[in-house]
This record gives sequence, C-alpha cells and structure tokens, in this order.
Amino acid sequence: MSPQMIDRLIGAFLDTLLMVSASAGIALLAGIPLAVFLVTSGPGGFFPAPRLNRALGALVNGFRAVPFIVLLVALIPFTRLVTGTTIGVWAAVVPLSISATPFFARIAEVSLREVDPGLVEAAQSIGASRWHIVRHVLLPEALPGIIGGFTITVVSMIGASAMAGAVGAGGLGDVAIRYGYQRFDTTVMVAVIVILVALVSVVQVTGDRAVRRLRAR
Amino acid sequence: MTGAAVIRLPQAGAHAAPASQAAQARRPAGSVRFQGLGKTYVSSAGEVQALQGINLDIEPGEIFGIIGRSGAGKSSLLRSINRLERPSEGRVLVDGEDIAGLGEAELIRLRRRIGMIFQHFNLLAAKTVRENVALPLRIAGVPQDEARARVAEVLRLVGLEGKEDTYPSRLSGGQKQRVGIARALVMRPEILLCDEATSALDPETTLSILRLLRDINRRLGLTIVLITHEMSVIREICHRVVVLEHGRIAETGPVWQVFAQPQHAATQALLAPLTRALPEDLSARLRDRAEPGDWQVIELPFTGEAAPDLAVLAQGVRLVQAQVDPIDGHAVGRLVLLAPPELDPASLSPNARRLGHVATND
Repeated sequence: MSPQMIDRLIGAFLDTLLMVSASAGIALLAGIPLAVFLVTSGPGGFFPAPRLNRALGALVNGFRAVPFIVLLVALIPFTRLVTGTTIGVWAAVVPLSISATPFFARIAEVSLREVDPGLVEAAQSIGASRWHIVRHVLLPEALPGIIGGFTITVVSMIGASAMAGAVGAGGLGDVAIRYGYQRFDTTVMVAVIVILVALVSVVQVTGDRAVRRLRAR
Repeated sequence: MTGAAVIRLPQAGAHAAPASQAAQARRPAGSVRFQGLGKTYVSSAGEVQALQGINLDIEPGEIFGIIGRSGAGKSSLLRSINRLERPSEGRVLVDGEDIAGLGEAELIRLRRRIGMIFQHFNLLAAKTVRENVALPLRIAGVPQDEARARVAEVLRLVGLEGKEDTYPSRLSGGQKQRVGIARALVMRPEILLCDEATSALDPETTLSILRLLRDINRRLGLTIVLITHEMSVIREICHRVVVLEHGRIAETGPVWQVFAQPQHAATQALLAPLTRALPEDLSARLRDRAEPGDWQVIELPFTGEAAPDLAVLAQGVRLVQAQVDPIDGHAVGRLVLLAPPELDPASLSPNARRLGHVATND
C-alpha cells in the first residue's frame, strides 16, 4: 500500500470515529429520556400521557422501519436545514443519530421495564417523588442493560456509517467502496475489514466489561 | 371472663402495655383507622371485590397482625395505609387525618412517617447498604453529616455494623431484611408496615427478624402493622390480630383470644398447622360409644381464662398429650386426658369435652 493510501485510511478511520461517536453521543442523550418517557407515560406508568405515548411509540416504530440508506436520502432537506450542507461528516451525523436514537431508545426501554416494580414501590414507600424514582431507581437499576444496549447501538452504527459515503461523508465504508470495490484494490478492502473488525471488537469488549463490572456488585 | 382462674405467665408484663410505654417515649402518634373500607378491582374476568366493609382501629404503639389466606385482601389493606393503593370506598385515617385527599407533596410527607418492609426486601442492587439506607434521607434533603450519623445509628440498631459498603447481592436473606428495616426506620417513622416480611426467610432467621421487630416496637414505641399467612408469626409478636377472609373481617381481637377460641372457620384453618392432632394410635382406637371398661378421652382446653385447677389430674386421670403456649401472657392450648369411666368431665372444668372412649388394658 502506498503512503497516500495509508494516510487515506487513517483519515477515513478518524472520520468514521467522529461520525459514530458524535451520533452515538446524540443517541445516548436523546434516547434515554425518550426511553424513560415511553416507559413512564404508558398505561399504569407514573407520568400517564397515553396519547403522547402512543404517538411517540408510532414515530419510533416509523423511523425504525425505514432502512438507513433510505433515511439518509429522505432526510437530506432536514440535514441541510440543520447543518447547512448535505455532504461531509456532519451531514452524516444527522441521519445517523436520527436512526440510532429510536433503536437505542427501544433497547433502553426494555431494560427500564425489567426493573422490579417492587423497587418502585419501595421507593414510593420512602417518600420518593416520581422524578426521584427515575433518578435513583429506574436509571441506576437498568444501567447494565442500558450499557449493553448502547454497545449494540454503537456497533450497528459503525455498520450504518459505512453507507454515509453516499452523501460524501467519507469514512471507512467510503474508502472500501471507492478503492476496494470499484478499483479492485483487494489490499485496501482487507485493510478496511480488519480495521472495522478491530473497532467493533474494542467497542463490544469495552461494553461487555462495563456490564460485567456493574452486574458483579 | 371468670377472672380468678387466669393463668398469668412470668412474661406477662413484657408485652402488656406497649401503648403506654410508647406514650411516654413520644407523642402517641401512629394510629390507623379504617372506616367502611372497600376495594374493587376491574380485571378481565370482571369486578373483583378485594376488600369490603372493613372497620378497624389500630392503636398507637401496638403490633397489629393482618392474617388471611392468599387473595384474602391483606395486601390491599396494608397498602391502603400509605396509599400505595387507593381504596374504592370508605376512609383511611392516619392519626385522625383522612389520607384520601392528600396532594402529591403531602402524600410524600405522609409516607416519610410510615416505613415499609417487603417480602423480597426490594433493595436497590446498584447501591451499597449505606446508600440504600441513606436514600430516604437523601431524597428528603437531610444534610449529609446528619444523614451519616442517622444511617450509622439505624445500622447499629439492626445489627449491621461493618456491612456499610457491601452490595445487597452479597448479603443473606436475613441481612437483606435488616437493611430493609434500617431503610424503613431511618426517617424515624411512627408506623412500620411489614408486607410478609419473613415469608422468604428460613425459620431461624424468621425468629431473629421477629425479635428485632418486637425490640424496635418496644424501644421506639412505633406502631407495627404486619401481614402474614402464618399464624406462628402472629403468635410470636402480635398484640392484636384481624383475620381476613374473602375481603371481609372474619374475626378480630387480642391474639391470645383468637388463638384460644377461634370463632371463624378461616381462623381455625389457619391455626390447624399449629395444633397438634391426637396421637395416631389413640385416634385409631377412639370410639363414640363406650364399651364396658372403656376409659374416656377428655380434651381440656386452655383459653387463657377459666383454666382448671391441675389438682384434678391427681384423681386417677392420665395425661396423654399437652400443648400450652403462653401468648401475650395468657395460657392457650389444651390437655388430652385419659379418665376412668365414672369420672364426669364437667367436674374437671366446664370447658372439658369428651372426645370418645377407648379400651385400656389398665
């Protein structure tokens, strides 16, 4: 491989890293409140808002039903509105986080629902407000599951980010398509695959280790 | 009550006046009054009446037991005291105040005066013992150094010093319940609700937790309301008991009375595991009609009052079986005697009852 290609790979790797971590951060910040809302506003929850709950649930399902590559294109006007451009890393962050947020919210929702209702009852019995219950019971108790779900989200975002080349965002997927596929450069293809596998492994192992540490308490 | 014949056991004074001790220790708070309480659930199978027409007074400083088979409505009744469940009709008064109308902030204040412990402990797995116990204080905004001192104080009270930094998953069932008790007591409540608090524990641990509850009741003078399906728990620590059956009060009264003279079939069923049956060889040979030379099998119940003079046993009467328990200072149980044919059971005691006749080789 030429030195230029190595530089190109490093640049693509950093682009992927930036795209994924920025979108993952947004998905985390938006997904957890969304999950908490989905759990607590449902029937029998303690912030009952059944209509809003149903509407948000439908919206989440809608976004999850659309394949990422379609979402990427369909969101172009919105992306331009937010970032002022439709190409580059930041233009990819918009659809990536919009696709990852509902995905992550659903996984976090499952973990939150699995918190023993007895713990919520115990918290009510000590005079906890609804906000205290979210803050001191639901989130900490569901944390291992939420972190496990976040790991899955990040891994699937690494995969999705490869498609971001379609809006000229660069990244490893873009390099693999342009050089590895279209120019038959097998070495580049293999290098990209090795980097992606390593990246996914690091994310997965880190996530698993965090979950194990929390569960071992 | 015939009065004169009541057998008072040495421990009689021990439980005798918890309410008055409590009154001296603090203002007499911690009363609960149910007025015409009813609870109806709507389920897929239609309406279910979990509770109906409950009228009951729980006095400050007493240990009050609620017993019944599963589905009898115990849990709904207990949870109506801190409004974890809302009754469908009737009122719940805590220290004279109707709690139905409380807003969210007032309800939180009420719950801080009422501690609660649970069958499955319900401790937060993500928090250490200290953090679990400190949570009520933290939520209530108690300053940190005061909170620290109070956590240390309740952990000492429940015998868990040295476990502050342990996570609940590393504790035994008994220790977990002690953490639960510490968490319930840290706000210095006037009422402690116990939801099947010992049902998940082995017999030895159950006993130690019940002793701890009794000790807390005496030392702090707080009212304890507990639900259980085990009469042995009621016998161990309660002063008064209510038996629920299908959402209604089957009977209520001082524990020794309910044990001595259970009026309702539900109570008798609950007491059955604690009552020893006749020895098998005797019950097999028992017959209703006397044959010549048969002796009588006589049951002599002790009901905490009108206990017969044991001197009567000297007149050729033999003791076959005896079970007498001191409950809250009263003797409760029965003797089974073998008496010669000519003896009139009524001469032993007006309560004596002939169970049958049996051949004897004597």
